[in-house]
Amino acid sequence: MTRTCIVGVGESACGRLPDKTELQLHQEAACAALADAGLSARDVDGLLTCGADPLHPLLVAEYLGLEPRYVDGTQTGGASWECFVGHAAAAIAAGRCEVALLVHGATALSDAKRRERHVRAAPHGPEQYEAPYGLTLTARYALAARRHMHEYGTTSRQLAAVATAANAWAQRNPAAYHYGRPLSIDDALASPMVADPLRRSDCCLRTDGGGAVVLTTAERARDLRRRPVYVLGAAEAHSHLHVSQWKDMTELPARQSAARAYEMAGVRPQDIDVAQVYDSFTITVLLSLEALGFCPRGESGRFVEDGALAPEGRLPVNTDGGGLACQQPGTRGIFLLIEATRQLRGECGARQVAGAQLALCNGMGGSFSSCGTVVLGCE
Amino acid sequence: MDDRGLAGLHEHLPVPDAESAAFWDGTRAGKLLIRRCLECGHRHFYPRHHCPECWSTNVEWFSASGRGRVYSYTVIHQNETPPFRDMLPYIVAVIDLEEAVRMVSTLVECTRDAVHVGMPVEVVFDRVTQEIALPRFRPRY
Repeated sequence: MTRTCIVGVGESACGRLPDKTELQLHQEAACAALADAGLSARDVDGLLTCGADPLHPLLVAEYLGLEPRYVDGTQTGGASWECFVGHAAAAIAAGRCEVALLVHGATALSDAKRRERHVRAAPHGPEQYEAPYGLTLTARYALAARRHMHEYGTTSRQLAAVATAANAWAQRNPAAYHYGRPLSIDDALASPMVADPLRRSDCCLRTDGGGAVVLTTAERARDLRRRPVYVLGAAEAHSHLHVSQWKDMTELPARQSAARAYEMAGVRPQDIDVAQVYDSFTITVLLSLEALGFCPRGESGRFVEDGALAPEGRLPVNTDGGGLACQQPGTRGIFLLIEATRQLRGECGARQVAGAQLALCNGMGGSFSSCGTVVLGCE
Repeated sequence: MDDRGLAGLHEHLPVPDAESAAFWDGTRAGKLLIRRCLECGHRHFYPRHHCPECWSTNVEWFSASGRGRVYSYTVIHQNETPPFRDMLPYIVAVIDLEEAVRMVSTLVECTRDAVHVGMPVEVVFDRVTQEIALPRFRPRY
């Protein structure tokens, strides 16, 4: 099978951008990633992107001035981008496209400030049995956290250790939203309760921004600017959408997607040098660490409590600061791929993981509903 | 929820459809109706026209006991959306019914200190509009 590589990564401006549109952020990010690869818009013949509009790939293609021969608009929330890597690799191997562009842009922060919300239609279908009860997004994750605490004795302090590790990485990344704003365990435990047991510090940021990744064949990569980063394994798994259908609130489908991605890559969890793990909330990271095989079931709280995920820890996680401390414009999975690529290229400066050869990215969408796992390597 | 909390609730309330009308008729009559497969015996919630286990369409409604236990819960302290912002803090729970189906609801007649995983609960019906009675749950002693 044709080997696929990441050959370019880039971001738009990130942070608070009230004067930019979502489509503009798509273009800025795409432009940065293509420049990084040494390619131009004319080289792109595959486009993978998702957003609120059902015809989002067509909207973005038209706005960017592309007429691709392959598009994919799979929308599984934060997992979409890791799923796209598998889809792009298959499309490239099948000759359906040669240069695939994954691109995301969103203005979640400015939309919230402007109080722009989608018009709420009366709840239809399965939603009608949950919508009347005021179950917020944070509450869905709080249900998982409470259950994990009940089954395994996980503590708020252990959740806080996930937040402080992300924050410690952000202090080494001048581009991070929380750069220059350190967070201690005591700060985290003193932050206001949002949905018990999750506090403000357990929740990801809301920012504006965009990111893009360019993939192509190993053959084409040889002539390009950057050292290629190889897609060694990519798999996905999807389990449910509504809370009432979520069978085990301490599990997520990363258990299945990771097993397949490791098998494809021929590696084991203990071989991974650096991991980028979707962190919508601190509990997301704990459950993911177990499902990805980095620790046994129920052990994630104890695994992280002594700073295992932080700089100099035994498993560097979310080295840019993650969604908890760097940026989170919406479905953050694209940034996991960008940071993993930079780590494998050795471009990360103060936050570089020495000698990183193998990286894992795990995107998660919905409420532990959908996962995409990607294993990347230098060879 | 009383009348005080009702402003803004309408847009969160169901519009009964072909698959759900019998359920909402049931709650108005004080019954918690769930679905049972006559082929494989599997019970399911939310109600579908087929059995999600074996895909048989030979499924029927039956009246559940209304008794169950709290599988997990959260006390919500922040929600800017009306009417929920006027109800803070409130308890959302995942309830496992004795009939082996899972529901999301709010707990009533229950303090934040009393709620715990495994707590026995029973259904009560809250007539929030002429058309809709919402199942909620209270501690069962």
